[in-house]
Formats: sequence, structure tokens, C-alpha cells
Amino acid sequence: MFKSWRSEVLTNRKFYLSGLVVSLFLAGVISFYASSSPDGLEKVAEDIGFIQTAKEHTNSKGTLADYGVKGIENERTSVGVAGVIGVVGTAIVAGFGFRLLARKPKKDRN
Amino acid sequence: MHIPDGFIDVQTSAIFAGLAAAGVATALKGARTQLDEKTAPLAGLTAVFIFAVQMLNFPVAAGTSGHLLGGALAAVLVGPWAATLALAVVLIMQGFLFADGGLTAIGLNVFNMGVIGVWAGYGIFLVLRKILPKNKSSISLAAAIGGLLSVPAAAVGFTIQYAMGATATFSVSTVLGAMVGTHVLIGIGEAFITGLTVSAVLASRSDLVYGWKNNVQKLEIRSAN
Repeated sequence: MFKSWRSEVLTNRKFYLSGLVVSLFLAGVISFYASSSPDGLEKVAEDIGFIQTAKEHTNSKGTLADYGVKGIENERTSVGVAGVIGVVGTAIVAGFGFRLLARKPKKDRN
Repeated sequence: MHIPDGFIDVQTSAIFAGLAAAGVATALKGARTQLDEKTAPLAGLTAVFIFAVQMLNFPVAAGTSGHLLGGALAAVLVGPWAATLALAVVLIMQGFLFADGGLTAIGLNVFNMGVIGVWAGYGIFLVLRKILPKNKSSISLAAAIGGLLSVPAAAVGFTIQYAMGATATFSVSTVLGAMVGTHVLIGIGEAFITGLTVSAVLASRSDLVYGWKNNVQKLEIRSAN
């Protein structure tokens, strides 16, 4: 609608589509190559010795637990599909949520 | 940085669940005034991007990895209120669907990454934006440094929770030193990802970037809206 923005290099559609494609690629393909070393907190907990106080996650047997799809044996596919599901799920929740939130009844404020 | 169940006792987790809920409620109010129909989709995309990049653990030191937290990145792109909400959405998805971050620890995690990470990163960004020359590179640099420091800030958040309600008995100063030391290193990765992402969005759609728009609008003669 408002095409007069000087700083608009990509159209809305191209911009959001590229953002989504990049996110899908990162979560669906690149995630397989992520480091599997413990993260900062886990490593500190291991080194200092309080890692054993961690309890097993309530959903540790869930379909998508630990970013893998239960039943998909191939690790690359499993993490990739989990990543894509996460991206799509987040897009739906956050996309609709923010849109609802930004909807203003009247143009009375700025 | 995602705290599992069990590290922190139930009482402390409940206190932080309350604090996180208050933070999210305030953010809902704030985001309503900061977002409009034009910027709302970027807030959605920011949450999506943070989810994706949080899957990409990078190695930092011997046997340790880290990943983007995204608080500073989100705050610069869509404003601090929407940033807290974006992080909350990501952390809730991760906790419930992917078993990443304990369910009783969601409040602890939202508080550290979605409140402390966001506001520490954004605060540093604002200070640097004031000092640095008024151009796009400065915005990216300020965002990167905000990102860098937001990670140890969130690590301090964990240490406070540990001090208040750890189920283990190791000394708080040991935990503080180890947490901050490790997370400064992770912060370097955070800085790179934050700086690169902000500069990419500035190059393609600077009109959508909260931390830039907010800055230039003050220099312009009143715009039409």
C-alpha cells in the first residue's frame, strides 16, 4: 500500500519470503551440523558438579523431544523435519499473535 | 542456557514464573503501542528466525557450545516489548514441543532470556547509539555489542536464581565466575549473529527496523502519520 518508503529495497512479500526461507534452511538443513557439545550452562553444571540435580524433562519421550522426530531413524531427516515443524509452528503462533496484538480498533494513536 | 527442571527449587521457580508473567503482561501492553500493522509481521519473523538460529549451537571452547539467545537482536529489530514476547513464544514452544528447557523452569528461562537478555541488550544498544555516529553501521555495531553483553547478563540472571534456590550446594561465587566466563565467549557468537542480521535487515528494509526508525524519526520533520 505505502510504496513511498525510500528505504524499502525489497517488497514486503520478497522480504518476508526470504526471511522464512532462510529460517527454514537454517532449521531444516544447517541444524544437522550444529555442535552437539553441552551448552554453556550444561558445561558449567558438569564442571562444578550440579548437573545431577537436573530432572528428566516431562516431555522427554515426546514426539519432537530433543529436536528429533520420533520414528524417523535417519538423524539428518529427523532433526531437519523437527526444525521445519518448529519454524512453521512458531510462524503460526507468533505471526497470528503479533498481528492480533497490533490490530488497533481506531487510528487514534501512534 | 535453557535451565532444566531440578536445578532450581520449586519456590524460586514459582517466584520467577510470577516475575516472567508480569514481564510478559507488561510487554503485551507495551507492544500494543509499539507495533502496528506494518511492523507486526517482522515481530513474527523475528521469533521464527530466533527459533531457527537457536538450533545452531556453535563451539566456543573445549567441549562447550553456545547458541544465539536473540534478546538484543529482537529488541533492535522490533522494540523491547515485542522482543520479550518473541522470546517467550520461542521458549514456550521449545519447552513444550522439543523438551528443551524444563516446564517448571519456563519462568526462569523467560526471565533470563526474555527479560534480562532483552533489556540488558537493548539498554547497551541505546547508550551506544547515542555515542556513535548516526548511521546504519553504528546501529549494527551497537546491536552486536548489546548482544555480546546480553549473554553474560542472562548468565548472571541464572546465578541469582541459583543463589536463591539451588538444589545443589556449590558456592555462588564459583557458579558466577564459571557462568560469566563461559557466556562471555558465547556472547562473541551472539555479537556476530546479531550484527550481521541487523545489518542485513537494515540493508533491505531499514524502514521496518525499530532501533533505526526510532532514531531517524527524531531527525526528520514530522512525518505524515
